[in-house]
Amino acid sequence: MRRIGIDVGGTNTDAVLIEEGKVVRAVKAPTSEDVTGGILDALARLGQSGVLRTRRIDGVMIGTTHFVNAVVQRRSLTPVAALRLAMPASASLPPFCDWPDDLAGIVRGGVWMVEGGHEYDGRPFMPLDTVAVQRAAREMKARGLRAVAISASFSPLDSSHEKQAAEIVARELPGAAITCSSDLGRIGLLERENAGLLNAALADLARDTIAAFEKAIADSGIEAPLFITQNDGTVVEAAQAGRLPVYSFASGATNSMRGGAYLSGLQDAMVVDVGGTTTDVGQLKNGFPREANSVVKVGGVRTLFRMPDLMSIGLGGGSHVSLEPLQVGPLSVGYRLLKEGIAFGGKQLTTTDIAVAAGKLALGDRAKVAHLDAATCARVFAEARRMVEETVDRMKTEAGDVPLVAVGGGAFLVPDKLDGVARVVRVQHGDCANAVGAAIAQVSGECDQIFRDLARVEAIARAKEIAADRAAAAGADRSTLSTIETEDMPLAYLPGNSLRVRVRVVGDVAAA
Amino acid sequence: MALRDITADDIESLAVGAWVLGTGGGGNPYLSLLNMRQLYRDGRRVQLMPASDLADDDTVGVVASMGAPLVGLERLTDSLTITRAVTLIQSHVGRRFAGLMGMEIGGGNGVRPLMAAAHLGLPVIDSDTMGRAYPEAQMTSEAVGGLRPSAASVVDVRGLESIVEKVPTWKWMERIARKICVEYGSVASTCHPRNGAEVKKWGIHGTTTKAIAIGHAVRAAQRRHEDPSAAILSVAAGKLLYRGKVIDVERRATEGFLRGRARFEGVDDWRGAAMEIDFQNEWIVAWRDGEAIAMSPDLICVLDSVSGEAVGTETIRYGQRITVIALPPPDVFLSDKGLSFVGPRAFGYDLDFRSVFASSQPSPTGRGKDTAGQENRA
Repeated sequence: MRRIGIDVGGTNTDAVLIEEGKVVRAVKAPTSEDVTGGILDALARLGQSGVLRTRRIDGVMIGTTHFVNAVVQRRSLTPVAALRLAMPASASLPPFCDWPDDLAGIVRGGVWMVEGGHEYDGRPFMPLDTVAVQRAAREMKARGLRAVAISASFSPLDSSHEKQAAEIVARELPGAAITCSSDLGRIGLLERENAGLLNAALADLARDTIAAFEKAIADSGIEAPLFITQNDGTVVEAAQAGRLPVYSFASGATNSMRGGAYLSGLQDAMVVDVGGTTTDVGQLKNGFPREANSVVKVGGVRTLFRMPDLMSIGLGGGSHVSLEPLQVGPLSVGYRLLKEGIAFGGKQLTTTDIAVAAGKLALGDRAKVAHLDAATCARVFAEARRMVEETVDRMKTEAGDVPLVAVGGGAFLVPDKLDGVARVVRVQHGDCANAVGAAIAQVSGECDQIFRDLARVEAIARAKEIAADRAAAAGADRSTLSTIETEDMPLAYLPGNSLRVRVRVVGDVAAA
Repeated sequence: MALRDITADDIESLAVGAWVLGTGGGGNPYLSLLNMRQLYRDGRRVQLMPASDLADDDTVGVVASMGAPLVGLERLTDSLTITRAVTLIQSHVGRRFAGLMGMEIGGGNGVRPLMAAAHLGLPVIDSDTMGRAYPEAQMTSEAVGGLRPSAASVVDVRGLESIVEKVPTWKWMERIARKICVEYGSVASTCHPRNGAEVKKWGIHGTTTKAIAIGHAVRAAQRRHEDPSAAILSVAAGKLLYRGKVIDVERRATEGFLRGRARFEGVDDWRGAAMEIDFQNEWIVAWRDGEAIAMSPDLICVLDSVSGEAVGTETIRYGQRITVIALPPPDVFLSDKGLSFVGPRAFGYDLDFRSVFASSQPSPTGRGKDTAGQENRA
């Protein structure tokens, strides 16, 4: 297999070529305003030695923070029609009810609530009011809305009302981008609906971005299918990613962790990814990042869907350093490091200047930081160590010492010895771990639902079958599937033997 | 004393404080808080009234939502259904209510009386019947006080309405109302009447004010980046029991309850010291080295060490940094009869109740291990 992995970050676009499991070449280029330029630039650098021309490429896998940045920065968002099928329940908490005002003002194209939805045990809560759905669709059309988010109570257990409503809307509004909340999973109507609304709001941006990716790949002369990486370290075909952009929100951080696992050969470890401005800390279990099981806020909106459990702190290679009193971060010069850092002739003391002064990095002009003595450097490194140690300890789930993989351009801030860490592992190409993680991504399938009156073992087995079917439908090779996560939770107050089971399986991308 | 306006900021604090007093259960008040924000944006207001202002022959509606917290995440708590539970029983008994009070201050039910009160223009009585959250309808000061169950409404958002007219005991009320609730889809709103004299004698007083004060303290500490558990202890006469992190959570559903045990490993002053806390929806018994050091009816509150927000038994997970504090129980539960309803034996533990707040007294078990030194380490 020959694959290209690309990570389109806020600062850099990294690209790697992986051949039969080995990193053949890794490059970095600045990210461009239009995304395409940065990718073209990175691919040009990757292909400089002619490695791309000799043999065919099996796939290009791209990870990007583009979609989440759009939500955080409130740009390129499409107004959304919210259609909720749950009346008469939940009427006092309509869609957008817990959104920040500024974001709701941009995204809220209209709200329609009609009768429908299911119960926890699969009974219909109310019959779907198809006449009201039709009327809502006509009103959406009259308002010129083209992005629709549909949610229904307990749709992760029974999605039929959402699907039925989606068909009615599609007939009335041909070509509309329709998101069903059941495609995004989890129990929790408000949070699932929020994820659906964000997803619908990204419809135009996702379509344009995927088109830009495809154009960049084609313009660089590569003929290979395009895959987009997701929050859980797996990939989907570009067309599907365009429909569910929220699944790519945290893919940059996830790819770093997966890349760290791959390059180090460790399946269970902590990963510390030190960038220019922030440090992300997460935990690998079976080679995948542990998932957040709770509400994750995106741009101020509470959501609940597949996201990695990460902790970010304001520590990076561009972090501001003040000495009296000692403080490192959270402010950072970011991508302006090469202009503003003291070692580069600028005025702002950064962690990189400290590393240059201490002889840990050979960058810029060491003479410009000669006034920083060894004791000062040691104090700053000790502070960075304290910050990393505390974050690692908070993210650990077991008491014993664990191995830790340090990746990212600022990995020099991670010392070789840390409390609670068995050993610090550094890897070749660690500064491009995110692109490596993209290149090695697999395909997953998930099942999260409530089983009644089944023995625990049977319920888990049934959930595994459902997850495997979904993975195969998403393009996985069935023979390579393995279960990477099983979690079951008995449910209080519900009658019978109610068990909520969550299972995730992954496998390699099936050959075309 | 007189009616006091509850401000929008009070309600934000009430949600935080009620969750702390939920002692791990009662459901997160977030959705109730969202309802209240909307009602206040619509111009509605709620006033708080001390129980002492009630006339003996006034009638008060005691309200609560019941059901599975998980169902509450899909059928979101709404203010009109709770209101209908009130108006249904009000017309059934043929008396206009002088005010509303909550059955339990802990969790989402600590905020719900305000939702109906906002619609009906009724004051909320600053009292409840648990002083915290408990899993069953007979675990109340009304039951301990020997007050017979009155007729109760059980209402569903679709317009399904039931009245449990007559049952001999609170345990029967729990059984019948629970069956109706399950048929509704495992979520229902209820209301039952109590007269002013009964509320004054058997209510647990000042609990809404207490929840607001706890919430104010936590939120102020968050803003100042100070220790939120210390802030709670500065406004409530509690004790710091432990700081640690979660190393294991074991859950099982039995007889409709979420039971299990969370294990912790100590940090800071508690490094090397383990703690375990058993739960039955709420935190019930805390153990150190095989010895029960805190138990119901003392309130065992597990808090996120950084934010000070309560950690629920349904959502607590590996790796969380937690602080455990104990808050004193309502006096009504400390009598022999009170302990028979909510003491450790009511939850199946063969333990004599020993309060965290009575550690200077000799241990009733005779083992006499002095835990005061640990408790005072804060």
